[in-house]
Amino acid sequence: MDRRKFLQLSGAGVGASMLPFAGNVIAESQLTTDGIDLSVKKELADAALNTATKLGATYADVRIGRYLNQYVLTRELQLQNVVNTESIGMGVRVIANGTWGFSATNDMTVDGIAKATRKAVATAKANSKHQSEPVQLAEQKGFGEVSWKTPIQKNAMQVPLAEKIDLLMEVNKSAMDAGASFINSSLYLVNEQKYFASTDGSYIDQDVHRLWAPMTVTAVDKKSGGFRTRNGLSQPVGRGFEYLDGRAEDKVQSQTVLYRDSYDMIEDAKLAAQQAQEKLNAKSVKPGKYDLVLDPSHLWLTIHESVGHPLELDRVLGYEANYAGTSFATLDKWRSGKFQYGSDKVNLFADKVQPGSLGAVGYDDEGVQTGQWDLVKDGILVNYQATRDQVHMLGQDKSHGCSYADDWSSVQFQRMPNVSLLPGKEELSLDEMIKDVEKGIYIIGAGSFSIDQQRYNFQFGGQLFYEIEDGKITGMVEDVAYQSNTQEFWNSCSQICDKRDYRLGGSFFDGKGQPSQVSTVSHGSSTARFDGVNVINTKRKIG
Amino acid sequence: MAILTRSEAKRILDKVLKYSRADGASAQLTGAETGNIRYARNSVSTSGIVDNIELAVEARFGKKSGVATINEFSDAALEKVMRRAEELAKLSPENPEAMPLLGPQKYVDVNAFAKGTANITPEQRAKAAADSIMAAKKKKVVAAGYLEDDRSFAAVANTEGLFGYHVATSANFTVTMRTENGLGSGWAESDVTDFADMSTALTSGIAIDKAVQSQEARALEPGKYTVILEPNAVSGLLGYMMYSYNARSADEGRSFMSKKGGGNRLGEKMFDKRVHIYSDPADPNVPATPWSGEDNMALQRIDWVRDGVAANMPRSRYWAEKNEEEAIPTPGNLIMVGGDKSTEEMIKNTRRGILVTRTWYIRMVDPQSLLLTGLTRDGTFYIENGKIKYPVKNFRFNESPVIMLNNIEEMGQAKRVGMWGFSAMVPALKVRDFTFSSLSDAV
Repeated sequence: MDRRKFLQLSGAGVGASMLPFAGNVIAESQLTTDGIDLSVKKELADAALNTATKLGATYADVRIGRYLNQYVLTRELQLQNVVNTESIGMGVRVIANGTWGFSATNDMTVDGIAKATRKAVATAKANSKHQSEPVQLAEQKGFGEVSWKTPIQKNAMQVPLAEKIDLLMEVNKSAMDAGASFINSSLYLVNEQKYFASTDGSYIDQDVHRLWAPMTVTAVDKKSGGFRTRNGLSQPVGRGFEYLDGRAEDKVQSQTVLYRDSYDMIEDAKLAAQQAQEKLNAKSVKPGKYDLVLDPSHLWLTIHESVGHPLELDRVLGYEANYAGTSFATLDKWRSGKFQYGSDKVNLFADKVQPGSLGAVGYDDEGVQTGQWDLVKDGILVNYQATRDQVHMLGQDKSHGCSYADDWSSVQFQRMPNVSLLPGKEELSLDEMIKDVEKGIYIIGAGSFSIDQQRYNFQFGGQLFYEIEDGKITGMVEDVAYQSNTQEFWNSCSQICDKRDYRLGGSFFDGKGQPSQVSTVSHGSSTARFDGVNVINTKRKIG
Repeated sequence: MAILTRSEAKRILDKVLKYSRADGASAQLTGAETGNIRYARNSVSTSGIVDNIELAVEARFGKKSGVATINEFSDAALEKVMRRAEELAKLSPENPEAMPLLGPQKYVDVNAFAKGTANITPEQRAKAAADSIMAAKKKKVVAAGYLEDDRSFAAVANTEGLFGYHVATSANFTVTMRTENGLGSGWAESDVTDFADMSTALTSGIAIDKAVQSQEARALEPGKYTVILEPNAVSGLLGYMMYSYNARSADEGRSFMSKKGGGNRLGEKMFDKRVHIYSDPADPNVPATPWSGEDNMALQRIDWVRDGVAANMPRSRYWAEKNEEEAIPTPGNLIMVGGDKSTEEMIKNTRRGILVTRTWYIRMVDPQSLLLTGLTRDGTFYIENGKIKYPVKNFRFNESPVIMLNNIEEMGQAKRVGMWGFSAMVPALKVRDFTFSSLSDAV
């Protein structure tokens, strides 16, 4: 983790948050000012592309970015911090002598970009001396001058700060009134204004919006010395502030209220406070084999760790060996065409287009129009996630559109697209699924997570656990974690609810690379059942 | 070059503070030049240099405060950043936990700057990577590694007369070596102040040996084992514990340091009596910035755990005042006192046990007992009658560092490791009854 990029927003201890921080701290009013003029961006981009070509580069792209962030952090009935940041600059990437070179600058002039381009070409030429295999870039047609915007209804940057603080105060009050001992709640708002141009003839202007509204509610029983937490069930989304409207039609009634395309944070805070207290006295789970019924608010993280990461092609090839690790899903398994990743019920797909998802953009950070493709079809491993310079290793000629950089100053590389589980084809509701489970646990919300460096062995916790006996939910249990092996787990998938239950979850701070870059990604699914999974009891006594 | 001298930094800080029209203001000037080189599959993949200098200004009106940052230092820019901070402060709600600005602090002298790192060249970086790759090729293994070197300074000042200046260098190198057949993997780290003290060839040699020796691992039943945890295996668990070691969360009843019935467990014997953990910004092995990041309070040498007893916990000024106790700033380094035995000697004294090179992907399972889960990685070996017998498959553990520090059999020499963004001295530990709960096929 790059320590200079992280800002400690509040004091150490439970409330501490280390957040990615790039750029200058600005006034709220600057969040809504116009970005860089389109004609200026084109002029700067052309200067970069022409300079690169003149110096002998066979390919060049330039990204001109304005990245806006707003973070609002609260605890109980007080505001802890508000941070607004803006980061503006340009990154140029070139291929010269068959080798990549990259340079970035915040000198927003034609001279500035030309100088950065010369550095990028020089770096490429210097590094080419140690290059054994020249870069092979998949063909990509130019799109001319095009644009794309996240289809938002309410630009979160334009919502007054006071309204955001009032909302969080109401959320916190709702939890405290319902008996919470503590609550931390926050808003993270992101607007990436990025312009991409390449020697392929693309000039792509994109306006990307994302939002996250997490909270943690704590219940303390001082007498027994016990405490429990329940995190909010919101999901980070590629939507505007309308996500926080909490529309009735987006609510799913279960053991608690679950949320589809909008979120009622005040309601969830109250439920979280009640459930955190209930957890203090819940029965401790008896370890053993259980059939697990996993809600999408939980399953997204299991998909992320056990499908998303192992199918990143750079991991498979060994480029991440010293940091994130490698992958069990090796090329020979894929080439066999017979590798049974999961049961025949399991269809996992990648995409960068689902509405409301964190991965949704029109074009990736190397000018590839985004789309959707299969990773696992009827249980068989069929594809990976790759960029323009990687797909040739799979014998494919079109990039998957997985290139992303977290800032203008970072070099783009392969990042995870949305990876989701296709809903079951046959009609099946949650109630119908539970009815057939003899001995099971129904899990809601993501909790503790850990997986090995090749993505075989994992352990997951959750937020809420309900025991199922003979087709009925009998009550809450605690101290639950399940352990499995990726292939075994996905092969134990016996049922998936139909598309009516499909919901997105996601990660707002997914780290990869050295120096580390942060990315965001969504994972959709319907509730799914996994048979005979090993559940351990996590209760321990210390001194 | 991003390193300003003490007088250059002071001049900028004095000037920006003079523009203040608020009740009070503080400013922090930081700069760093960071170089890196990354390689994988025995070939360099990326390298770069990032140079950055930034001024952050905080303006105060009573309990209201606003922060603005800038990276240009003309008179006009300095005035602009102060005005912006003041504008933000006026707009912000009162922070009931705001504490007054500190007066002048007496910061200890810290020697954290080494010429070997300050003057590093791109050629040296390339050679560092090449030495590692060459060593790998010679032994027919595949290298992936990352070297990052920093030269940095920080200066702080406020309108109450506080001023501090600190320069530092550091270099961190990690390398993973994998056998070509994919059956063996080894890892090693070197974390130094002076790049001259770093040998990527030597560190790579350790990783290569582990990779070669860890091939064709056998499966042992999960369960409770005596383990020898090398410093990098200990640090992952210890780091989590010290991150949760805080007076406020303990007093609030939501920490492993909370006491049944209320209050905290300071003064209680929590660990084996040999456990001694402290911080000291002036420690020559792991020098650190002599003030805390929260409010520039001077850091001193302080014991966190002495003779196994919880002696002190970090306590913010706000929480200290509220509870009429002493404020204790959050440290910038950590030292756990070790013994004098080498890992080899500890192996010799072990009848049956498991040697763990490194722990990985550690996450909190239960903050109440500080139960953590994670995995062993890059060299796990079975020990019998004082010798390494054979490599074993990696394990997932579910264990609390509190229990680990109660079950110590023997302590090895301490080594400098990178821990949560700062440096720490951590010993190897021989621990009984360490809980492995399942096997992993990962190499």
